[in-house]
Amino acid sequence: MSDLPFILFSLVAAWAAIMVVTRAVAVHALLYLVVVPLSLAGVFFTLGAPFAAMLEVIIYAGAVMVLFVFVVMMLNLGRSDRDRERHWMAPAVWIGPALLSGLLLIALCITLRTIPPTAASDAMVPIGPQSVGLLLYGPYVLSVELASFLLLAGLVSAFHIGRNIRGTGTGEP
Amino acid sequence: MSAASPTHALLLATLLFAVGMLGVLARRNLLLMLMSIEIMLNAAALAFIAAGARWHAAQGQVMFLMILSLAAAEAAVGLAIILRLHSAGRPTLDADTGNRLKG
Amino acid sequence: MNALLLPLIVACPLLAAGVLFLSAGRMPPLPSCVIGAGSVGLSALMAAVLAIGFLRTPPPTGALHATLWSWMQVEGFSARIAFMLDPLSLVMMLIVTGVGFLILLYACGYMHDDPDIARFFGCMTLFVAAMLVLVFSSDLLSLYIGWEGVGICSYLLISFWHADTANVTAARKAFIVTRIGDAAMLCGLLLLATRAGTLDVASVLQTVTARPADLQAAIAAFLLLGGAVAKSAQVPLQTWLPDAMAGPTPVSALIHAATMVTAGVYLIARLHPLFASLPVAMTAVALIGLITLLLAAGSALVQTDIKRILAYSTMSQIGYMFLALGTGAWQAAIFHLVTHAFFKALLFMAAGAIILRVHHRQDIYQMGGLAHAMPGVFAAFLAGSAALAGLPLLTAGFYSKEMILQGAWHADPMLWAGALLGAFATAIYIFRCVFIVFFGPRHTEPHGRTGATMAIPLVCLAVLALTGGWMGMPDAIAPVHLLSHLLSPLFGASMPEGPHWLLWAGSLVPLAGIGVAWMLWQPRTRTRTPPENALARVARAGWDFDTLYDVLIVRPFTTLGQLNQSDICDRLSDATAATARAGGRMLGRMQSGQVRRYAGWIAAGTVVALCLGVRP
Repeated sequence: MSDLPFILFSLVAAWAAIMVVTRAVAVHALLYLVVVPLSLAGVFFTLGAPFAAMLEVIIYAGAVMVLFVFVVMMLNLGRSDRDRERHWMAPAVWIGPALLSGLLLIALCITLRTIPPTAASDAMVPIGPQSVGLLLYGPYVLSVELASFLLLAGLVSAFHIGRNIRGTGTGEP
Repeated sequence: MSAASPTHALLLATLLFAVGMLGVLARRNLLLMLMSIEIMLNAAALAFIAAGARWHAAQGQVMFLMILSLAAAEAAVGLAIILRLHSAGRPTLDADTGNRLKG
Repeated sequence: MNALLLPLIVACPLLAAGVLFLSAGRMPPLPSCVIGAGSVGLSALMAAVLAIGFLRTPPPTGALHATLWSWMQVEGFSARIAFMLDPLSLVMMLIVTGVGFLILLYACGYMHDDPDIARFFGCMTLFVAAMLVLVFSSDLLSLYIGWEGVGICSYLLISFWHADTANVTAARKAFIVTRIGDAAMLCGLLLLATRAGTLDVASVLQTVTARPADLQAAIAAFLLLGGAVAKSAQVPLQTWLPDAMAGPTPVSALIHAATMVTAGVYLIARLHPLFASLPVAMTAVALIGLITLLLAAGSALVQTDIKRILAYSTMSQIGYMFLALGTGAWQAAIFHLVTHAFFKALLFMAAGAIILRVHHRQDIYQMGGLAHAMPGVFAAFLAGSAALAGLPLLTAGFYSKEMILQGAWHADPMLWAGALLGAFATAIYIFRCVFIVFFGPRHTEPHGRTGATMAIPLVCLAVLALTGGWMGMPDAIAPVHLLSHLLSPLFGASMPEGPHWLLWAGSLVPLAGIGVAWMLWQPRTRTRTPPENALARVARAGWDFDTLYDVLIVRPFTTLGQLNQSDICDRLSDATAATARAGGRMLGRMQSGQVRRYAGWIAAGTVVALCLGVRP
């Protein structure tokens, strides 16, 4: 039963994702959202990508989620927000999106069936940080630069958008 | 090491993606929509990792890194916008009022 | 040289019309008069020069030609703007410019205090130009331009005082009724064009006479007859003319008596070989003329409005012309056209002078005893009436009517009898008018004087109305046939004259009519009130043709229109609009600005793309 950890992590990730989508209270959703990258890190590990698993834990569960937590704290949500959220989540609202998502799921699953299966004897060989690093600073150096530009742009725009919050209150007339 | 099937991992990625999309489409709260987008991004990342494992290629993890930076930037900008809207008099963070553009 | 004058005669009033219209009504009265009457006077002068030249040295081909430009030239069809001066158009030209000048001169006095005098003269000169185009054209298509031009001028001038709704309604009625005829005429012209490949009059007539008459020619002839009937106010399209009297009196004199309404006569005379080759058409023309002359004379007998009396009289006299055309007495028709232009213009202008001096009243029963107050006008009106009645020897109307009666006798004695009856009625109704207006007790005290600008044309036309007939006398009186000789190259030799007693009958009947009128309406009789029995009422309403058409045509048509308001065509166009609107609304709804909907569309697009890609 070497597949057990994979199945376990998978179930946890799927369950957590569903909980995120269906929670009325933002903090609850956020807590479930932390579970998703953590369990996915486990999945990565079982897939033989320990480096990716580490980054997933550090950056996603560590950095991005903390960002979310801070924002939720600053929003100062209360009981009224939860009630409004419940109101917004009436069953009828889910029909269309569920239909679309279901269709997408079916279509993707059918696509997946076209992938030839791996040979059962083919052992999962881990791909370590070294090979990834060699690729990153070899043929993919341009995309590293692009990623850095993207992050810089994100930084600048986040700073720009948040610039006036304290200063002039709304910043608008 | 365990021998998880990359095909099953892709199946999981598909499921996560569909659930994330469901969240984006169904939720009206901008914060929750952003969280659902994070789930979708995670699903995409998982798909890359699984594909890399299936074909024994490190490129999957390279793309994973790209997605990671993308997710970080997206979360930063998106959350900044949410904070901004919240302080500018739209405490409900209702996505459907985005077409008002003002106030 | 002479051929050059031809377009100049047209250009003169056309230029004046342009100047007058471009002044946008800001031109003061005197320059308007000078330009309006002066341009037509200049045309008249040039016409006189041209006529003298033409008569002294007739062109070898019998006609002067001036081709202005080729309008269109396509395979199998060509049309030119071309003028021609032959004896017929010479006569018409002299009438239009000569009588037109006198009437415009008169209008200077009649309209001098009207604020819109520039517009008035603009329309009048435009009318003269269009009428000249009509009579000069050697191509039926350019004739049609003139034909429509006079139609629109008539419309503009009937509704000249457009503040009054009744005038506008009358103008609209005139326009629409003549439009029916014009549409028929255009069809006829096109039918002729398909036969001849051109609308050049000479070629068309050559084609017509070269072949034996067939159904197509007959249809074309009847369609053209429809146009002529509408323009000349003959039964059954005569209803517009009495209402057209809503316009100023000079308009009635020029357009609705002397020139435009005779355009139908001119058209048939111009195309007489076509009609002559079709006995059915000839009979139809003669019958239309006879019926119109009798009906209109009957209506004129009971009218109370002086201008309407003259309007019905015009219809009746044009009926005579049609009768002459239908019996093949072409010269007689043109002769009567000429004399009618003289005496009817005279009568209208005299009536206008009376109307001006009795405070714009038009009811003859409100006038009375005006002979002493305005002897000059009385003399002029009397001369015109005598000419209209056809007082023997002395007046122009006698000679022309006599010629028509001779022609009718040759065609069918019944037609002759009907025409004689009409002559009898003519004498009665016009002298009824004379006796009631000028004799007996005065009901309205006249004021002012008739100015010189109005008096001079009256004198000129009175002289013409009395002496104008001497250019064509019966052999029994004096063998003078100036007009017949002039027109004989076109129409052939005139008919032989009938027995002498015809002449006696034609002379005595008007006298008898005057006698009857004197007995009935002399100052001491008690019949000097409007007749009020049912027959008189029907006759006064123009034999109720209006009601008939209203019931037969107008009301069914409007009912049909109302029923058909949302027919299939409407539905189709409405559906197009509705589809576009619904499509726009649908696409607009997509652009709601709601981010979740956009995400939904993106997801849907992805799903569709995936499904398409997955399909094995």
